[in-house]
Amino acid sequence: MAKTVLVLLGTKKGVFILESDESRRSWALSGPFCETWPIQHAIGDPATGAIYAGGGSEWFGPAVWKSLDRGRTWTHSRAGLTYESGVAPIKTVWSLALHDRSLYVGVEPAGLFRSEDAGATFEHLDGLQKNPTRPEWSPGGAGLILHSIVVDRADARQIWVGISAAGVFHSADGGASWEPRNSGTRCDFLPEDQRYPVFGQCVHSLVQAPGSPRLYQQNHCGMYRSDDGGRVWESIEAGLPSSFGFPAATHPRDPDMLYLVPLNGDSKGRYMPDAQTAVWRTRSGGESWQAMREGLPQDGAFFGVLRQALATDSLDKAGVYFGTSSGSVFASRDEGETWSCIAQHLPVISSVETLVLDEATGAS
Amino acid sequence: MTSGALDVRLAPLLMRLFPDAQPRLTAQAATVGQLIDELDARWPGMGDCIRDSSPAVRRHVSIFVDGHRARLDTRLAAGTDVYILTAISGG
Repeated sequence: MAKTVLVLLGTKKGVFILESDESRRSWALSGPFCETWPIQHAIGDPATGAIYAGGGSEWFGPAVWKSLDRGRTWTHSRAGLTYESGVAPIKTVWSLALHDRSLYVGVEPAGLFRSEDAGATFEHLDGLQKNPTRPEWSPGGAGLILHSIVVDRADARQIWVGISAAGVFHSADGGASWEPRNSGTRCDFLPEDQRYPVFGQCVHSLVQAPGSPRLYQQNHCGMYRSDDGGRVWESIEAGLPSSFGFPAATHPRDPDMLYLVPLNGDSKGRYMPDAQTAVWRTRSGGESWQAMREGLPQDGAFFGVLRQALATDSLDKAGVYFGTSSGSVFASRDEGETWSCIAQHLPVISSVETLVLDEATGAS
Repeated sequence: MTSGALDVRLAPLLMRLFPDAQPRLTAQAATVGQLIDELDARWPGMGDCIRDSSPAVRRHVSIFVDGHRARLDTRLAAGTDVYILTAISGG
């Protein structure tokens, strides 16, 4: 059955959507949507075709937006998306994740919510607030944000979250209780004898490999892999041009294939190394790396790629997409071998996700 | 002061979020907080757009009562003009 590919862009000024047929040769842009709110993350539900977008308005606070018609019309809700009085209010939604019919929502200041009614109402999974480490969490440069949510595909009780700059936390009971899982990840910003704390790491993104319990993370200080649910992390940064970057994206089927976009360093401008654009790919779980550059700007690339702005699609061969802080979107339809620019002059791009739909049914 | 009919005007940006709302309406409330409760009852979700969980009027929302900036506990007299506006913000 013919398929439609949507690339969902969360930007500083609303959601934009790029749409193509499965050839992925020609793209049509629509947007901005969501009243041009700053949108941190937009995702699609392949089972229903629904699009969800999370963000926050400087005027009106956080909300989750929803479209059932590929962006033409939207509703919004914040019902239950609130902390108790007396604590810092929620500023914005930072991350979204779907598992079966559950929609998980990460917010700033860091917390986790879940909707069981497709984004109409939200329940606070308040175990994170009760964690004994919570009073000592410190914000990263973007705030105290819960930016990554991984719900184990086989067991929804197993949840990992990434919080900047508190680190990776794991729940084995669906979010009721949590423990830090940061062993082996370092904090170069701490004194030399304190660089491997139990928590306080500046994780930048966290993803789960397909068909595998393996986790990968891009950290402020290195790239890592864990094959035991985050109990121990192993550095996979050897062979990369720097230890600093924001996003990570897995291949849709190969657990050994990972894409990263290292930047030149945390104190050197945070742009492409030598101002030359590359996505770095491993086929070996991080044992070795290959720079994928063909078709990408190799001169004057003084942009960055933010933590949720790199994604793959589910087609064969997999598409790879990233959005830049300068408002361009680059796409590969051959797993990163060659690239082309499919949109430019957009607002700062916060997130890139894909949604592949059957044209007849609207669901994949 | 006593409670009574208020003359309330809503920011155009709020109207875009709640297309069924009225840009100008009358309401009964003794305080700004109660007025926000009344608006939320009419258009669910509007209350959280105006008031955060502190609770306080959101930082970039301005509520003017008879020409003066108000807080949640500001009392409202019958016939009072209330403007709920969006402040300068953005980038």
